[in-house]
Amino acid sequence: MTTKLTAKERMAIARTHMPELDAVVRSRNFEEVNQGLSLEAALQEATRCIQCKNRPCVEGCPVGVSIPEFIDRMADNDLPEAARILQRDNALPAVCGRVCPQEKQCESKCVRGTKGEAVAIGYLERFVADWAMANPDKMPEISLPASTGKKVAVVGCGPAGLTAAGELARNGHKVSIFEALHDTGGVLRYGIPEFRLPKAIIDSEVNRLRSYGVEIEFNVIVGKTITLPQLRDEFDAVFIANGAGLPTMLNIPGENLKGVYAANEYLTRVNLMGAGRIPGATTPVIKGKNVAIIGGGNTAMDCVRTARRLGADRAMIIYRRTEKEMPARLEEIKHAKEEGVEFIMLTAPLSIVGDKDGWVSGLACQKMELGEPDSSGRCKPVPVAGSEYELPVDVVINAVGTNANPLLTATAPDLSLNKWGNIVANENGMTNLEGVFAGGDIVRGGATVILAMGDGKSAAAAINKWLAGK
Amino acid sequence: MFEVLSNTVIGPSLHRMVIRAPRIAAARKPGQFVIVRLAEGEERIPLTIGDANMAEGTITLFIQAVGASTRMIVATPVGGSIRDIAGPLGKPTHIERWGRVACVGGGVGTAVLYPLAKALADAGNEVTTIIGGRAANLIILKDELAAFSSKVLITTEDGSMGRKGFVTMELADLLADPATCPHAVFAIGPVPMMKAVSELTRPQAVPTYVSLNPIMIDGTGMCGGCRVTVGGESKFACVDGPEFNAHQVDFDNLFARLGTYREHEAADCRLKEQVKS
Repeated sequence: MTTKLTAKERMAIARTHMPELDAVVRSRNFEEVNQGLSLEAALQEATRCIQCKNRPCVEGCPVGVSIPEFIDRMADNDLPEAARILQRDNALPAVCGRVCPQEKQCESKCVRGTKGEAVAIGYLERFVADWAMANPDKMPEISLPASTGKKVAVVGCGPAGLTAAGELARNGHKVSIFEALHDTGGVLRYGIPEFRLPKAIIDSEVNRLRSYGVEIEFNVIVGKTITLPQLRDEFDAVFIANGAGLPTMLNIPGENLKGVYAANEYLTRVNLMGAGRIPGATTPVIKGKNVAIIGGGNTAMDCVRTARRLGADRAMIIYRRTEKEMPARLEEIKHAKEEGVEFIMLTAPLSIVGDKDGWVSGLACQKMELGEPDSSGRCKPVPVAGSEYELPVDVVINAVGTNANPLLTATAPDLSLNKWGNIVANENGMTNLEGVFAGGDIVRGGATVILAMGDGKSAAAAINKWLAGK
Repeated sequence: MFEVLSNTVIGPSLHRMVIRAPRIAAARKPGQFVIVRLAEGEERIPLTIGDANMAEGTITLFIQAVGASTRMIVATPVGGSIRDIAGPLGKPTHIERWGRVACVGGGVGTAVLYPLAKALADAGNEVTTIIGGRAANLIILKDELAAFSSKVLITTEDGSMGRKGFVTMELADLLADPATCPHAVFAIGPVPMMKAVSELTRPQAVPTYVSLNPIMIDGTGMCGGCRVTVGGESKFACVDGPEFNAHQVDFDNLFARLGTYREHEAADCRLKEQVKS
């Protein structure tokens, strides 16, 4: 832009809206819901940033993206430089621009949000990252430093592992990622549906990291194929980011009936294996007509919206508190409602009912009411006597959470774990073993993509420092 | 990519495939399995590792072509390759010196039984092996098993080899005589066979172990699809198993869950046949 806007003019611009696919159409396909901003809308949104001195938004970002700087470059229509800043600070900007809960992070701190609406930082991040992907020839060449001769092993190719790998490679270390599955991305690929994060975006981001020299070996389960002690012998440092583990069971009768899924299984079938989504995929999935999802987090929203797309007439969220207490992002809840998802609140499952052939036929439920706040600060749901009823369903999906994965830690007896089996790491991701760092869900239990990425970034910095002193 | 080094037909629809997989060959112990995915877009299928050669960096898989995916896997020629093999997964068999043990194999389960029986013999156990199948051409590995077993007893449903009937008849005879009654029983085969063996040994409380092969996707303790009811609790075959105390396993639920995708598989097979013709 040639003419600088006055502060008053900037303040007068209203926040842009994300164009979305029509809800009725999209509820039956897997195309990405959010369509991305146009160039005009993005550049205008960038001018809404008042470039305040305190930069509170940066503090709100777990990976510390230089938000005002990249937005400033955007406002000047210098997209290559905006993209360079963004990719320097964030290993997976096109992912973050789509799945981060910005409303709870950077945007919640934006000073424009105190009297009006925050700058749409997430939309801008996505715009710049997508622009960089579409215009590789316009991007400045990345110059990597000379090799340090140090080798780092990263366990797991999910958000924490990829972020750490990118950071470490750009500091001149030789990075090898060991991935248990047959493809990249971890939860980004097996967990988050195509309509929120297209697989092509993950491929593109991972290819950029590969161009920094990151190597990825698939089908290696650390703890089974090789062990942590073997990795410590072979590498100068190890970063463990192998993610969440087994689903937490509901422990109600009927959980092993046919048609009952844990969220991870349901999503993995559809997202990673392509069941019901990619023509010719051989992995099957039971497509219910009446599908009940138990839970109120983002995973539950991903499941219920997937169920709609697989053809469910009734796709239902069963949650024991009210919508206000639901941990899911507001955008997910809004999108789910637009797509025809039913929200059955203040309801807890008692048992899953089966037919004579062992298939799910119903979900026995009980109404709840909110009582006193519990240790989490949320009001405790209390059963309402005599309110039991049966909901006719043919598929039930348990999306209440996961436990720590035991495979790696079982073969690393010296590694300190907490009582839930999660690895104990300090704020830099350092474990009790020398040169062994950890981050993401294996440390935190179930958390978000961006917190895992924050762990990857801070652990990479700590590994850099540790290797320099070695 | 994992290169196929040999592919031999050892029975109707039953193949022995030797595959280069050095990391798995080095780490594998009897009782463990791998997850195999032939190519992009194909299913992930759990298969027990039949044998391994650490020096050569190879593993042996015994594969019965029962569905569309296994048929495509066994159709891989020597020199061809399998895109993904992940493992070794599951807990290894707990091998101890019981004294006298009976190893019972049914159909392709005999192939899975083989490394286990061998490890038990190597540990100093007196191994009696009982193998069964519908007919003589489905009896596999009898000479290999005879190399270390004190006795190999064979049953076929049509009487075309060994005793006419089921493996449980031979096992019942062993159990009835204090001089032959095993101190532990290991059974691997179709679910109804493992259930029958379990019921047979229960009254005498002979420790009995079975290897389960439920539906699985990742095999690493992530999806929870392989859960089985053992002792009234949900256990995950991929991380807690695949071997369990037979007397605690809910075989009926396992059998039911294995049928979840039966209709899908039948449709898939028909589709692939149509495409071929």
